[in-house]
Amino acid sequence: MSDRTERSEGRESVPSQRRTSDRPVLSVEDLTVTVGTRRGPAHAVAGVSWQVRAGETFALVGESGSGKSMTLLAATGLAPRAATVTGRVRLLDSELTALPDDRRRRLRGRHVGFVFQDPMTSLNPVLPVGRQVTEAAEEHLGLSRRAARDRAVELLDLVGIPSAARRVDAYPHQFSGGMRQRVVIAMALACEPDLLIADEPTTALDVTTQAQIVELVADLQQRLGTAVVWVTHDLGVVAGIADTVAVMYGGRIVEQGPVDAVFDTPTHPYTRALLAARPDPSRRGEDLVAIPGAPPSPLDLPPGCAFWPRCPVRADPRCAHELPPLTPVGDGHTVRTFYPGETP
Amino acid sequence: MARFVLRRVLQSAVVLLGVTLVVFLLLQLVPGDPVRVALGTRFDPQTYEALRARAGLDQPLPVQYASYLGHALTGDLGVSFRTGQPVSRIVLERLPATLSLAVTAVVFALLVAFPLGIVAAVRSGSAVDHAARVFSQFGVSVPDFWMGIMGILLFAGVLGWLPPSGYVALTDDPGRWATHVALPAVTVGLVTASILTRFIRSSVLEVLSADYVRTAEAKGLRNRVVILRHVLRNALIPVVTVVAVQLASLLGGVIVIEVLFAWPGIGRLTFDAVQARDYPVLQGAVLLVAALFLLVNLLVDILYARLDPRITVR
Amino acid sequence: MSATTERTARRVLDALRRDPLAVGGTVVLVLLVVVGVAGPWLAPAGVNDVDVDQMLRPPSGAHPFGTDELGRDVLSRVLVAARVSLQVGAVSVGIALVAGVTLGLLAGYYRGWLDSVLMRAMDVLFAFPVLLLAVAIVAVLGPGLLTAMVAIGVVYTPIFARITRAGVLSVREQVFVRAAVSIGASDLRIMRRHVLPNIAAPLIVQTSLSLAFAILSEAALSFLGLGIQPPAPAWGRMLFDGRGFVTDAWWLGVFPGAAIFLTVLAFNLVGDALRDVLDPRQLTLAEARRSTP
Repeated sequence: MSDRTERSEGRESVPSQRRTSDRPVLSVEDLTVTVGTRRGPAHAVAGVSWQVRAGETFALVGESGSGKSMTLLAATGLAPRAATVTGRVRLLDSELTALPDDRRRRLRGRHVGFVFQDPMTSLNPVLPVGRQVTEAAEEHLGLSRRAARDRAVELLDLVGIPSAARRVDAYPHQFSGGMRQRVVIAMALACEPDLLIADEPTTALDVTTQAQIVELVADLQQRLGTAVVWVTHDLGVVAGIADTVAVMYGGRIVEQGPVDAVFDTPTHPYTRALLAARPDPSRRGEDLVAIPGAPPSPLDLPPGCAFWPRCPVRADPRCAHELPPLTPVGDGHTVRTFYPGETP
Repeated sequence: MARFVLRRVLQSAVVLLGVTLVVFLLLQLVPGDPVRVALGTRFDPQTYEALRARAGLDQPLPVQYASYLGHALTGDLGVSFRTGQPVSRIVLERLPATLSLAVTAVVFALLVAFPLGIVAAVRSGSAVDHAARVFSQFGVSVPDFWMGIMGILLFAGVLGWLPPSGYVALTDDPGRWATHVALPAVTVGLVTASILTRFIRSSVLEVLSADYVRTAEAKGLRNRVVILRHVLRNALIPVVTVVAVQLASLLGGVIVIEVLFAWPGIGRLTFDAVQARDYPVLQGAVLLVAALFLLVNLLVDILYARLDPRITVR
Repeated sequence: MSATTERTARRVLDALRRDPLAVGGTVVLVLLVVVGVAGPWLAPAGVNDVDVDQMLRPPSGAHPFGTDELGRDVLSRVLVAARVSLQVGAVSVGIALVAGVTLGLLAGYYRGWLDSVLMRAMDVLFAFPVLLLAVAIVAVLGPGLLTAMVAIGVVYTPIFARITRAGVLSVREQVFVRAAVSIGASDLRIMRRHVLPNIAAPLIVQTSLSLAFAILSEAALSFLGLGIQPPAPAWGRMLFDGRGFVTDAWWLGVFPGAAIFLTVLAFNLVGDALRDVLDPRQLTLAEARRSTP
């Protein structure tokens, strides 16, 4: 009974938030996630802060294991049971970290939509896709089964699935990978959320399909004014779609700022290495520059800068045992380094 | 779908043919002359010759098998060495008793295993989970006839609530049938439940870590909806197979339990046939059980294909 | 033994030592083997010492497990019967292992018609409920220790054949096996040096679990009078003989059954622990477990 009133309150609060871009849709402040494992605590995320506004795209970049996905799962209450989460996460007017599980659940899907990495496994194999697309709308908006079906067709059409009316009752295995990811995107948009979280949504797809999905999300964002958090290890994607970017390494943000500033004047050695490792179409045929070494284990982080063991620069002796501070280097552009001014 | 069914039916038919060969060869394994062995002290030349001729034992082996197969196809499984009655009738007469015991045991097992297995998986690491694991380890290690004896000791001996053994047909007196079936069914059912609990638990655990369950959670669905619509729908599809295999093997007659509780089913019949060296009855019972086993497995595969949309397209 | 094998063995032992259930199971197994070997000397009385003045006596100082309907000492009979159970278990699983692995290797390695014939034959054996097939085989061969071992061995052969064949099929396409073929190694050598070590883990796990099932099957066969013949004691047979007296003499039902249960449980606990170590999938399953908020 009580959740019906909750739901309608939630619905009313949406339009007032949607068009104002000065207040962040989601802000994360000093988020820390520690996961208890058999071999001791894993420091997956350590003191991460960022925010994203309506209509804006925020990119979270890093290698696998850098903590980018965990940041988002923890922020939205999807972290594993073994994880301890501290810090503040604010979605619209709600302080997520202070909410009980059930209240947080009602915000998920309603105000935040998720697109996960692998469309082959993120859909339930035994439910028709249409049903999966509008489940959230049935739950949060109280849509009837019939209304939900119409809405499912509408959404599948929106994400560019041909003959949506016919395919609404098909099962996931009857779609190609790219089409499945479109289904997942339709599913994420079912309640017209204020925020879309896309966790490496193109990694499992072939190059042509990747481009189509990127374009689709960008297009939908323009039409719906949704804020987007895009998690990726592919800087090429970031340049095309993001407004702001944060680079994560070893559970921390090492560089953050407007996408142009970070790309034009990359300051952290890791960001530079990532940019250098990017496949460049103009240098087709040449070898890719890989970063030597492997990312640190969250079970055993170095005492200083996490990148120090692989760092080609090492311009300050303190890097080895002391954590460099986040230092502003430009308008909204910050870098975790001891030597922000000097760009070797 | 039709092609899938056809292929499975053909496969089962081939295996069934092999089963008839094994059952036929059983008689050949008897050291010496099976009819003479069977008659033992009741030997008289006339009966001996009649039974030998009826069993076709004076023919060469391939001819014997062809005739055995031909007769079996028309439902003629030979006659009992003991009573001279048709084997098919003797075996079918025992089916209702076994059926009622097997079905009761499986229903009981499901009532225990479903809640226990599901809760153990969803609340993994909890007290219920530990209890479920102790229970399933106990169930696969305990000899069912020992548990039956302990049941008799407690419920018939100490408490005097239930009869220690015996059978009343369900159609004759449902109430008395129930008191008689309770002990054997619970004995068999507990063992079955322990196997099912273990399987359901691991199946649900596996699905719980699937990506699509996280997707469902990300949609903000209630926990109950996530479990029922997303976890169980997927986790219980493979469980169907295991339940059916359990049911099929119980239809084969739980020999020791039927012997222990004097339950006149297929298992008890097999035991009596072994004691009496009544080989045609033994063959008939074994053949019927294997055929039932194959039939249930066939039906389950078809049901499975209906439950899992991924299989139907193949 | 190669260094890898040795390292694996040490890893398995380490893991078993950390698992209290596996330690318990191992301790019980060691005790069982001791009893199996020394049973007749440990037994306070002869297994067939009939004493009509001491019939159906409850447990006491003189007869810790009581006496049976012929006045025989139940403890002595339980101790001596351990050997039969272990012997039948070990020999029948040995038969199933050797036969199953051989058939599985042949089927998986040579494929073709041989594979089809062998595997269809295994399907046929699988179509019979385990105990029923064993009973039928013993019934026609005549009851006794040897036939019981053969029957149980036959019944468990298909499992080993299937595991072996599946292992061979996945191994034989791997680079090192193809390389061995290309340099002209003999079939036998390839199977022994390359294929068998790679399918050892599932076989070890299946062997220990099959021992549990085989001992249960032996108990059931001897309960039905199809195991070792009287007057030799067997746990299953003791339960069968005592079943009519059990409401008056509980000890006749409790002790032999508890012996079977403990033995089977011990093999199952060790088998489960081995599976946890040797089959990594089981570990990731628990670790990958996520919460449901």
